[in-house]
Amino acid sequence: MSELALAWSNVILILAVVFSFAALLSWIERRLLGVWQDRYGPNRVGPFGLLQIAADAIKLLSKEDWVPPFSEKALFVLAPVIIAVTTLLAFAVVPVAPGIGVVDLNIGLLFFLAMSSLGVYSIVLGGWASNNKYSLLGGFRAAAQMLSYEVFMGLSLMGVVMLAGSFNLRDIVAAQEDLWFCIPQILGFITFTVAGIAEARRLPFDLPEAENELVAGFHTEYSSMKFGLFFIGEYVGVILISAMMVTLFFGGWLGPLLPPLMWFLLKTFIVIGFFILLRASLPRPRYDQLMAYAWKVMLPLTLVNLLVTGAIVLAWKS
Amino acid sequence: MWNSLKTMWTIFLHMFRRRVTIQYPDEKPVIPPRWRGRIILSRDPDGEERCVACYLCAAACPVDCIALQATEDEYGRRYPSFFRINFSRCIFCGYCEEACPTDAIQLTPDFEMGEYDRKNLVYEKEDLLIDGTGKYPGYNFYRVAGLAIKGKDKGDAQDEAPPVDLHRLLP
Repeated sequence: MSELALAWSNVILILAVVFSFAALLSWIERRLLGVWQDRYGPNRVGPFGLLQIAADAIKLLSKEDWVPPFSEKALFVLAPVIIAVTTLLAFAVVPVAPGIGVVDLNIGLLFFLAMSSLGVYSIVLGGWASNNKYSLLGGFRAAAQMLSYEVFMGLSLMGVVMLAGSFNLRDIVAAQEDLWFCIPQILGFITFTVAGIAEARRLPFDLPEAENELVAGFHTEYSSMKFGLFFIGEYVGVILISAMMVTLFFGGWLGPLLPPLMWFLLKTFIVIGFFILLRASLPRPRYDQLMAYAWKVMLPLTLVNLLVTGAIVLAWKS
Repeated sequence: MWNSLKTMWTIFLHMFRRRVTIQYPDEKPVIPPRWRGRIILSRDPDGEERCVACYLCAAACPVDCIALQATEDEYGRRYPSFFRINFSRCIFCGYCEEACPTDAIQLTPDFEMGEYDRKNLVYEKEDLLIDGTGKYPGYNFYRVAGLAIKGKDKGDAQDEAPPVDLHRLLP
């Protein structure tokens, strides 16, 4: 009974924290972008502009929830649900700290990869169901981009799996007791970062959205809370990728002095800050550059990393 | 890759720069005196209206936002019986000020003219007319140019100086 209560409290706690942090992130991002562009960002509503989140939520909820008459209605409604569900489901395997976390799957890493791949359905279906050329183009781009970056995203993590000898995320964190994997797996870390940004559709790789060419890409036709779900899905995706980077390459909750939970949150926040810095500084590549980058640079790099890591692990073990 | 990292570092360092934002309602911006803001009608140093209702401002206005009607007082001096500027049309180009021969119409550095009702943006003469001389403190059109009115030649009327002889000013 108490175990069940503990599990439930874990689920509710993580859900609440992730949701509120995703909402908070919309404010943090705007403030940080402001800071890096020599301005202030939203600072009018409440202390430091913190109530901007509430204002935005009220605005989103009071907008007309419009389903275009020319759209494929069922899929149109389903698409934003998929992205919210898949990104939140992937959070189930994130090992926040010892004793905190929803499930302890022994294939946790694969579950995370599977869930983040399923997220692309949301975008492709949303783009297609909108029955709008810009949305459709955004959906196409999302499909091609995810397909290309998914390939080496999985492969870049295999080095970590080899070193840790497990797919279990808690074992992977425990294996980083002596040395964080970002040092022996520097190539894997770089490739995973690039893939992660593409997976979360963050700015250097936000071609599915691409405001200046595709209006708003796949979510052009969405309004009100359906748009809000896409929005939250994006931010939850950012938190997810950051949390996974911390887990896989920066020793998860490990660290001196501070309690494990604090370490995890601190590291995750720094990685999120790095994501926002990327958005503040880098321009969006052209579409063919994006594709060439994935297949001609990142994939070979990942394969080299995989081979070298494999050879070293093999030589070291025998 | 190296280039991107360098860009990111530069952007990161901008964190420690001074903010360029002026937090407007709390912190008023410094506005140059020649700013083209709210339009006013000024008076000459004797407290009379400078405007002689010549219609040049209305003719110069590219958006036709100035309307006025000329009339004469008992001495035959021209003045506008009404003078109306529709600020919902005005583009603050300053052509009216350039066209004005008597420096009556002037643009000021005031820009806080927000209204909830469109109709309130139509300014009548009593809204436009100010008590002072505006940008040109000593200037009185009739002292310099003058105009023959009923029974009196240029410079003969009360408080009037004889007009400037242009040829005398030549080198």
